[in-house]
Amino acid sequence: MNRNRTFRFVVKAVIAAILIIGWIAFGRPIIKNLFHNSVVSAQQTANVFVIRNAKIVTVTGATIERGSVLIRDGKIAEVGARVTAPSNAKVIDATGLSVYPGLIDCGTSLGLTEIGSIQETRDTTELGDFNPHMRAIVAVQPHSELIPVSRANGVTTAITRPGGRLVSGQSALINLDGWTWQEMTVKTPAAMAMEYPRAPRGRGAAFAQAEGANNIAQLRDRQLNALRQKLEDAQAYAKAKEARAADKGLPPRPVDHVLEALIPVVKGELPVLMVANAEREIKGAIEIADKYKLKLIISGAADAWKVASTLKEKNIPVIIGPVTDLPNNEDDDYDLNYSHAAKLHKAGVKFAFQTDDAAYARNLPYQAGTSAAFGLPKDEALKAVTIYPAQIFGVDKLLGSIEVGKMANLIVTDGDPLEFKTSVKQMFINGKPVDLSSRHTRLYDKFKDRQ
Amino acid sequence: MKRHSTILLTALIAALASVAQAQNKGEVLIKNATIMTASHGVIEGGSILIRDGKIAAVGKNTEVRAGANARVIDATGMYVTPGIIDAHSHSALDSVNEGSVSVSAMVRMKDVVDNTDINIYRQIAGGTTTIHSLHGSANSIGGQNVILKLKWGKPAEEMIVPDMPRTIKFALGENPKRAGNQSNPFGQGNRPLRFPATRMGVEFTIREAFQQAREYMREWDEYAAAKERGGDPAPPRRDLKLEAIADILRGKLLVHSHCYRADEILMLMNVADEFGWKVLAFQHVLEGYKVAKEIAAHGAGGSTFSDWWAYKIEAYDAIPGNAAIMHHKGVITSVNSDSADLARRLYQEAAKTIKYGGLTDEEALRFITLNPAKQIKMDHRIGSIDVGKDGDLAIFNAHPFSIYARVEMTLIEGEVYFDRKEDLKRRETIAKEKKELIEKERRTAPQEQRQPMPPITPTVSGPGDDQPKIKQ
Repeated sequence: MNRNRTFRFVVKAVIAAILIIGWIAFGRPIIKNLFHNSVVSAQQTANVFVIRNAKIVTVTGATIERGSVLIRDGKIAEVGARVTAPSNAKVIDATGLSVYPGLIDCGTSLGLTEIGSIQETRDTTELGDFNPHMRAIVAVQPHSELIPVSRANGVTTAITRPGGRLVSGQSALINLDGWTWQEMTVKTPAAMAMEYPRAPRGRGAAFAQAEGANNIAQLRDRQLNALRQKLEDAQAYAKAKEARAADKGLPPRPVDHVLEALIPVVKGELPVLMVANAEREIKGAIEIADKYKLKLIISGAADAWKVASTLKEKNIPVIIGPVTDLPNNEDDDYDLNYSHAAKLHKAGVKFAFQTDDAAYARNLPYQAGTSAAFGLPKDEALKAVTIYPAQIFGVDKLLGSIEVGKMANLIVTDGDPLEFKTSVKQMFINGKPVDLSSRHTRLYDKFKDRQ
Repeated sequence: MKRHSTILLTALIAALASVAQAQNKGEVLIKNATIMTASHGVIEGGSILIRDGKIAAVGKNTEVRAGANARVIDATGMYVTPGIIDAHSHSALDSVNEGSVSVSAMVRMKDVVDNTDINIYRQIAGGTTTIHSLHGSANSIGGQNVILKLKWGKPAEEMIVPDMPRTIKFALGENPKRAGNQSNPFGQGNRPLRFPATRMGVEFTIREAFQQAREYMREWDEYAAAKERGGDPAPPRRDLKLEAIADILRGKLLVHSHCYRADEILMLMNVADEFGWKVLAFQHVLEGYKVAKEIAAHGAGGSTFSDWWAYKIEAYDAIPGNAAIMHHKGVITSVNSDSADLARRLYQEAAKTIKYGGLTDEEALRFITLNPAKQIKMDHRIGSIDVGKDGDLAIFNAHPFSIYARVEMTLIEGEVYFDRKEDLKRRETIAKEKKELIEKERRTAPQEQRQPMPPITPTVSGPGDDQPKIKQ
């Protein structure tokens, strides 16, 4: 028995080694060519760019008043006042312009929805309460008209997430460029999208009764129990799986896709992006995260300012927005949401912005800017759409600032990207120049000169 | 809960009303400001004198003199614009849609004004001073609209502009046909199906209404003629719906029509031409840029969103350059909110039109001031900073088209209705009062009994599907 197992292991190891060596030798260039779809000599020229004479706002380091950024093979290769570029580099003279990292929207349904009122174009909400096995990335439509429209205002990267269920599915961090969803993928799953049970807005008692509950509170409690049960089931399932991995003598169990997908969640490896708005919901979400050792990110977070000290103490980041929404209660301060980010900043809570939309992801910079009009320091506003999102989703070694080695997601602008009058003149995603035209510019150009 | 929120609201209104009432009519001088007049450029280091609610003088600091008793507002470093006008609002109304009939021309929004709507205060906090509050878009021919000055704390009668021009709402496309669509939830369940269900039916509904109104007018003309001849004829039956439509034919009631697609815009102008009336303004008009030439030739205005799109199929060709193209082709253009949310920052919406359409600051400013004033026939009174007009002003801490700008103060007819400093000062008092009220409520109200929880059964359906964004 034991010898047999050792033998099988050796055979497997040999096969694996052959596969790895084969991939290193032959596979990699093939994959590379597939992705870049170009011959090698042209590729070298196409892959090296240098942006000259620009103001470089690195976000994490000092701003360089006049300098260059060298982009090679999708990455930022050099940054500084003086940069030596190879002779084959394509030079972009950015005199009078500024370079910023691409903006990151922490909550959208980009690629999952096209036209709000047409159900057939929406792929955000699968049936059933528990959909941890649903993967947003496979439903991302790379050629959605909403994607180039979002890019035009400087958004290069976004979380796209399912919604509307207790466990809605796996959200993905995507670049807003690519021929396929695989090319768009930055990180998937980026977080498990969940919603803290709440009274469904605008449905009230009738809805609760339709669901077989006497009132809304009861319905919420029931959902909460079901969520707890599911997390406990996942813990038990993970334990059983580990036990069998350690002892093959145990009987095999059939795969449960729901619980299988929850394993990284209950192990605290995959963050939970949990929608929770009211103070009670946020506290409830924290309670669940504590109990089941979840890595929590709060999304929506309308009342986060009321729970700020706990959020700071437990180091729980929040994704707020749209901050341009109306306050929920008529006796709220008129600027409650406008000034939310300033309050969180003051309290030391880590936060970032989302548009919570697809068609309006282009308004991400104005989420940050409006918050700055109501007390958030301007540099913090910029961080909350660049480096903070990267930190919150664990990709700050890859994105969110202009630093050597990071993915070259950059925008070249004629000013502060949070300002209305600023235009994005050029964009790089993954080191490639990206088309900034869209359905909107095409229709504009077509009709502006109509006689 | 309901009770103490009502008490709170009443307290809040009383507190704010007392601020407004404390200021007497008389003279108000705003000095050292950058004045964006919307009619004749920008005045740096300027002053505005308001006397008895009207603008009495505007110019350089040295050119404007106030009396000794004038209230002086030092606006050093600040920008002053005309009070913002929202040409498409549904705020401060108890109800919006009389959707049971295809033609609801007899209903009037001035009968359902809600002066306690908190959105009034939120909107003056964003510099908005006048709103055109419209009937909804469920009907081909909807109800009659109301023009309100957002005098927070005043009775409804004082908010309604006394001699306001009369306007009526029409609606084309998806919304009026929605009630007739069998696959739509609006046409099912507790609501009966209703004609029309297509754009064809919408056109016919409008045409039929005007046909009936013509006949109705003829009956009354014949009646008047018979009386004139000395006879004693029986008067025709009075019909409030046809009375309103007859007023459109008489030019006394002006049409604002909700629309999206180019074809339906052309359709309505065609019907209007046939019956001899004019569309005063197209609302939303998201494809206005496709037929701007025709709209300009008809003489209609266009009141649109800055950047809304893709929420339904008729909004899929909407572009943020719409306002700019319509404007450049000679259409009087405005940017509106159609939402209690956006109405709080129309200055930002105007700024976006600069970004997407390459306009000047003054052109963009007119989109939210002088042009909407023209679209509601109020430009003789509001919409620019000119002598003789109402003292309706918004004061910003920075250039209003900067993302970092916010409104510091809003005046209507010379009275300060919003002052950010006062608002911030009041917060502590209001919070204290709220706490006391809640504690009092807890002491006196009977304890709510929480129902025991039933046993857990597996649930299959979720908390609810996302509702699409549907405009009124």
